[in-house]
Amino acid sequence: MDSALLIHRIHFAFTATFHYLFPQLTMGLALLIVVLKTIGLRRNDPIYHQAARFWAKIFGINFVLGVVTGIPLEFQFGTNWSHFSRYAGGVIGQTLAMEGMFAFFLESALVGLFLFGEKRLSPKGHWWTAVAVFAGSWLSGYFIVATDAFMQHPVGYYTDADGNLQLASFWAFLLNRWAGWQYAHTMCGAVTTGAFVMTAVGAFYMLSGKFLEHARVFIKIGVITGCLFSVLQIVPTGDRQGKLVTDLQPVTLAAMEGLFQGQEGAPLVIVGQPNEEQGKIDNPIVVPKMLSMLTYRRWNANVRGLDAFPRQDWPGNIPLLYYSYHIMVGLGTFFIAIMALSGLLLWSGKLYSARWMMWILLLSAPFPYIANTAGWMTAELGRQPWVVYGLMRTADGYSKFVSAGNGMFTLLGFMGMYMVLGILGLFLVWREIEHGPDSDQLVELNAAEAV
Amino acid sequence: MASVWFWIVAVMIAAYAVLDGFDLGAGAIYLIAAKTNDERRRVLRAIGPVWDGNEVWLLTAGGTLYFAFPRIYASSFSGFYLPLMIVLWLLILRGIGIEFRAHIDNTVWQDFFDVVFSVSSILLAVFFGAALGNVIRGVPLDSTGYFFEPLWVSFKLEERIGILDWYTALTGVMALVTLAAHGSYYIGLKTDEDLGRRARGLALLCWPVQFFLTFMTLVSTYFVRPEIMDNYRQHKAGLLIPAVVVVCLGIMLWANPKGKEKLAFAASSLYITFMLVGAAFATYPVMLPARDHRYDLTIYNSAAGAHGLSVGLVWWIFAAVLAVGYFVFMYWMFRGKVQLEGGH
Ligand code: HDD
Ligand code: HEM
Ligand code: HEM
Repeated sequence: MDSALLIHRIHFAFTATFHYLFPQLTMGLALLIVVLKTIGLRRNDPIYHQAARFWAKIFGINFVLGVVTGIPLEFQFGTNWSHFSRYAGGVIGQTLAMEGMFAFFLESALVGLFLFGEKRLSPKGHWWTAVAVFAGSWLSGYFIVATDAFMQHPVGYYTDADGNLQLASFWAFLLNRWAGWQYAHTMCGAVTTGAFVMTAVGAFYMLSGKFLEHARVFIKIGVITGCLFSVLQIVPTGDRQGKLVTDLQPVTLAAMEGLFQGQEGAPLVIVGQPNEEQGKIDNPIVVPKMLSMLTYRRWNANVRGLDAFPRQDWPGNIPLLYYSYHIMVGLGTFFIAIMALSGLLLWSGKLYSARWMMWILLLSAPFPYIANTAGWMTAELGRQPWVVYGLMRTADGYSKFVSAGNGMFTLLGFMGMYMVLGILGLFLVWREIEHGPDSDQLVELNAAEAV
Repeated sequence: MASVWFWIVAVMIAAYAVLDGFDLGAGAIYLIAAKTNDERRRVLRAIGPVWDGNEVWLLTAGGTLYFAFPRIYASSFSGFYLPLMIVLWLLILRGIGIEFRAHIDNTVWQDFFDVVFSVSSILLAVFFGAALGNVIRGVPLDSTGYFFEPLWVSFKLEERIGILDWYTALTGVMALVTLAAHGSYYIGLKTDEDLGRRARGLALLCWPVQFFLTFMTLVSTYFVRPEIMDNYRQHKAGLLIPAVVVVCLGIMLWANPKGKEKLAFAASSLYITFMLVGAAFATYPVMLPARDHRYDLTIYNSAAGAHGLSVGLVWWIFAAVLAVGYFVFMYWMFRGKVQLEGGH
């Protein structure tokens, strides 16, 4: 592979993956905080208000990190993918600009009020700022997912005389059906992260015997939302995403599933290592005919394998794509299992005293992050070798005038900088967890005092 | 339609320069103007609730450029690759400098973030000025429609040019001084006692330098790119723009010592706006001038398709009204002088 192309791909992949570590939590927490505040208002219960305040602080730290790592992404379409931007900017520029104009302005203005304005606003007023923050962050999620959806499944465009893409139908583009399911699935993933993190902090307090009242609230809310959203993650959203991939990117599906030879009654591979050289799965454990059922809803349907497609249209990194997909799905199944079990224990009133379950919930916190990252890797690697599916190849989209050496320089710069950001972020979140949720005092933040 | 979008982008950039300009400027003077911990906290409080919103103007200006003029976005962002990446790093450092300082009550921690915040603000001001200088001077676009500039070559204006040469270095320093003054007026407006006095004093010190640099940049711009006068020759009304700039400079000099802080800040904002509008007026309809004018990127050869531009205008106006609404509300909520205690 051309080394400049490789550097630009790794550059974007690294910064996008790192960025998404923060929004997945903030988008999930934004919803959970609204839930906490609503219950707090309804029941007039100080524990819920303190819980909301505690999570707002964690939200705040992650929000800052989401903002500072998001700005580079917006620039990198131009800096690292200039040929792609020139080609597709007339269309995807719309959603990117809308994200800024509709969502970022709203968020940036209201997050300050939400985090630091509680004393100045009435409880109702403050509840509204929480709702606005939730709306802003979920709106920004939609616009960016719609951008990605266009790259996965381009609609609503035409090709102009210079060969570039232009907008033909605004609504067709904005309401891309790929975007609808992708958005629903991504948001479920974000809530899953939020729910697991909230539960894990609750479990941590339970196990250390501190802040027990708050811990119960965290665990209860976390487990209930976790149950709900980890199911929604698979049906209908994950299933429908899979269906779209089957219909619109059949070669991607074959690669994700490691199906080298097409067949009737295709099996679903649960475990196994793709062996590209020999075109088979090593050490397979399979469920017979399951893949045909999942994709075409018939046990004997014919599923096309990689052999049905010309080699130059195969995704470039089949093993990584296959593993990413299987990690996501495997973890998704695991999440349902844990949450269902915790839900049962909660319902029978045994959850809080089940220390072994608390340990499991505590240690599960990193897994939604892994699942979300693996999910994006599935989507983005599966799109290869195209940057805009079926229209422009990735190899034609990068910045041809930015050399590999310059790309490497900034890639290393970002890696160093993000390592520091990551450490700082973990450190500050840990301090908040240590401080605990029971103080009514807001931690002094710069803007905090301005209100 | 394309010219409507030209002016929209120009106005958004001006809004960014005026709004984020004062918090960048506050960062530039931060270490000198604010000596004690209390004073530093007050400066940060004055910008804390608004800096992120101000910075969003940069993002939205970029996003708007992206969809209205994809070709210009693609060429300029990849051509200015290195300085933009450095700008990104500085924006990251500055963001965490502002937000993370107060998390821990420890002087070592705070001193560290103070320096991070101030140095990144200073460098950002210089880089933005130099970027503007590059756009006015022209970039080495060729028939591919792309270019790539190294950071510097020889600092002369020769065949091969870099981001920094004597001219763009001059515009960089000019931007730093302008924003430092702008930030001083803002801090002078938002704070009182020693801090406010020191900020107003700094603004007074900046004034002669700013005056001199304004003059120098205008003259050297004429030498670097004599075509810059063409539009002014054709449309005499354009000469009002430099007239406003001069009047604003006058008001700044007069209002500041008189204690008319709001007026001085308003004049400084208007000064920045009109300097930028003047530059946009001079280059129109060219958006990214090439050293060789055959390859200029203009609003005609780089605008997106007509349908996209008209649909965009509908939602853009709607969103801009909302955005202005949030800004008015936010600034109104945080109006008045910054108070340390009892302000909750
Ligand atoms: C907690 C996170 C999480 C979990 C448990 C799952 N997913 Fe997922 N998945 C995502 C988080 C995610 C994501 C990060 O949100 C992705 C990446 C891009 C996107 O659209 O959503 C994604 C993409 C994605 C795609 C699109 C791939 C492409 O576009 O090529 C499919 C087909 C699935 N998922 C299917 C599933 C199924 C059947 C699951 C059942 C267990 C599942 N996901 C669990
Ligand atoms: C929804 C917003 C997103 C958009 C518009 C987007 C766009 C892009 C673009 C332009 C590229 C480079 C072109 C290419 O290699 O095909 C890319 C690559 C990549 N992105 Fe995304 N991305 C988005 C979200 C994400 C997220 C959140 C992640 C990870 C968590 C991610 C992971 C990757 C990876 C791993 C690659 C590298 C694929 C490869 O080069 O083989 N993306 N994406
Ligand atoms: C390549 C694609 C992406 C780009 C260009 C991008 C751009 C940005 C930018 C510029 C910000 C900072 C906004 C501010 O200053 O307030 C931001 C924050 C945010 N991004 Fe992204 N982003 C990308 C991927 C994603 C994805 C895939 C999601 C979710 C599905 C997402 C959701 C958010 C949210 C909710 C925020 C608000 C800040 C936060 O909550 O941390 N972004 N993004």
